[in-house]
Amino acid sequence: MSAHDKLLGLAARPKVAVHKFSSCDGCQLAFINDAVSLLELSTLVDIVHFAEAGPLDEFAEVDLAIIEGSVNTKHDIHRLEMIREKAKYVLCIGACAITGGIQALRNYQDEKGLLSWQEGVYPQRTDVIIAEDLPTAKPISAYVPVDFEIPGCPITSIQLVSAVRAILFGVEPEKNVDSVCVSCKHAGITCVMVAKGEPCLGPVTANGCEALCPSLGRGCYGCFGASKYANIKALKQQFRDMGLTEQQITHKFQFINSQDAGLQGE
Amino acid sequence: MSLDKTTKIEIPILARVEGEGALDLEITKGQITKCDVRIYEPPRYFEKFLEGRAPNEIIDAVARICGICPLAYQTAAAGAMEQVFGIEISQWAKDARLLMMLGQWIQSEYLHIHLLATPDFLGYRSGIEMAKDYPNEVLRGVRLQHLGNDIMKLFGGRSVHPNGVKLGGFWHSPKESAVKAFIPRLEAALKDAEDVIKFVSGLTFPDTTIPFTQVSLRHPTEYPVIADHIVTSDGLEFHVNDYDKHFREFHAPQSTALHSTTLDGRPILLGPLSRINLNFDRLPKHIQDMANATGVQFPSKNMFHSVIARAVGSYWALERALQLCHAYTYTDTPSAPEKVCAGDAWFAVEAPRGVQIDHFTFNAEGKATNIRISAPTSQNLPCIEANLRIALEKFGLDRPDHEIQLHAEMVIRNYDPCISCSSHFLTLNVTRK
Repeated sequence: MSAHDKLLGLAARPKVAVHKFSSCDGCQLAFINDAVSLLELSTLVDIVHFAEAGPLDEFAEVDLAIIEGSVNTKHDIHRLEMIREKAKYVLCIGACAITGGIQALRNYQDEKGLLSWQEGVYPQRTDVIIAEDLPTAKPISAYVPVDFEIPGCPITSIQLVSAVRAILFGVEPEKNVDSVCVSCKHAGITCVMVAKGEPCLGPVTANGCEALCPSLGRGCYGCFGASKYANIKALKQQFRDMGLTEQQITHKFQFINSQDAGLQGE
Repeated sequence: MSLDKTTKIEIPILARVEGEGALDLEITKGQITKCDVRIYEPPRYFEKFLEGRAPNEIIDAVARICGICPLAYQTAAAGAMEQVFGIEISQWAKDARLLMMLGQWIQSEYLHIHLLATPDFLGYRSGIEMAKDYPNEVLRGVRLQHLGNDIMKLFGGRSVHPNGVKLGGFWHSPKESAVKAFIPRLEAALKDAEDVIKFVSGLTFPDTTIPFTQVSLRHPTEYPVIADHIVTSDGLEFHVNDYDKHFREFHAPQSTALHSTTLDGRPILLGPLSRINLNFDRLPKHIQDMANATGVQFPSKNMFHSVIARAVGSYWALERALQLCHAYTYTDTPSAPEKVCAGDAWFAVEAPRGVQIDHFTFNAEGKATNIRISAPTSQNLPCIEANLRIALEKFGLDRPDHEIQLHAEMVIRNYDPCISCSSHFLTLNVTRK
């Protein structure tokens, strides 16, 4: 079903809920930090649940559930299933909801390794933590069907408002297929990898930040996840040729979006 | 309502706080017998997955602990690492870090005052609701908040997870014209900020005294943002390196956040109220006069005065930011050269919510082998619980559950708790016996 067909039944003034799972709250700030947009949005939709901003009705029937964060606990699987059941559409915002985010670095630990982390951080009552912790931090789509996604760590207010506007118009939010390199070229930013020898994930990272890091003279570290035509193999070879160790290269790819399918490869 | 049986009140989710949490309240025969703030924000293990990582990756990563105060984590982590490695950062970088931190204060404090705290005092469920009756006040708050965000963007490209700070200083130096453009905005903001102080002075504050040890950073010459001494209302002043000689961090079973107390188990209070109480002498005379004109005498032991402390502290922040923008010059060496060595160090900053203190240990290759990151909300948790007991008993435990719930939430929101940080939302369960 196309997004257009899917969105045909959307109410003229939809009910919207904003939910948080495991995250830093930074993507919700795309609403709150731009309070003018939040006030404007509140005239277009009914915000029935948005704990950080105030309204509370967690399991209300809604047209659109906007979800931030990854799933790391047993309780959250249950909560997510309830939210999905009550929502016509689910829009995931940010790296945590889409790929598991930085906390998905735990997924590289075996059971014993994770136990050592749990004991290291919560030495007195590790049992309370173990009872709830899942072995992995996973994206929302690992547990329930997801309709739309906005990538980024964090997402921007413009991305969010554009996506909500698009959905209100009955169209799918635009997906950016380009890499960060495209923004560098548009903005006339000198390539930091070529000119300064800074390792940069820009060639394989989805655009959306307007080449923020290269504009500050530093390499991209992959906040927006893999770009559509990412050539992982070629970039890893480039990093080797620049003298990076295998561990340094692994760390580059295993960071904000380590579980992103598009960032895997030799 | 009978006082001698068990009753349950539930606040399913605490609103207008950052993160996920709950409050379990048990009232037996008119006395609070249990008051647990439960933080169920899932653990994310930053302290562990950053072991073995390179310093600049750590700076980018720690921002992700909290979207609201990412820079406090970055500034503390960078500061600790520079101490370990013996990197002396330039005065330019020190000033730039202070300016950026002031931007974060301005952003976070005005957000809290307008969208999170004042709706409580004025009887609204949210800032969105309050904006219908107080459009000018809310929009003034938004203007100030945006100004803070824009200062952060100057150096970091964005205000949430900024990308400017690196080991040794900054990745780039903004152009002078970009920084000087803030001068007229900051000058105009001072008038707004003065009006905010008057606005919050007119609120009605419940009368509650909390007798806990207040803790803040202490700077040799000015109001503390980045400083290496800790001062307490018990009359102690010591170097941040001695943190563990005075405070203890522990894991309470109701929470995924670590708690802190004094060594003998007393709660500690961090944040804007402690800052102004312990550093009133570090405010310029005209700002002291503005604080005195609010009708509140500092030092105050009433946590509801935190909103005034925020407004006054933020006025200072705007004025200091203005000075820094006037003095700003471009540099082509925004960073000192990087180097690494084995060692360990403490470093602390005043996040908007209070002292954020880190301890890092590195091996000779410059890889972190042990990391401790203590968020202000975690350190405040025992104090929040103790404050709730006092405030609710004073408020009256025989009141209807929904009134108790609202009052409890209001007490908690005074702390502007940042729960993603502290473990990184709140359900209230009241049991009456």
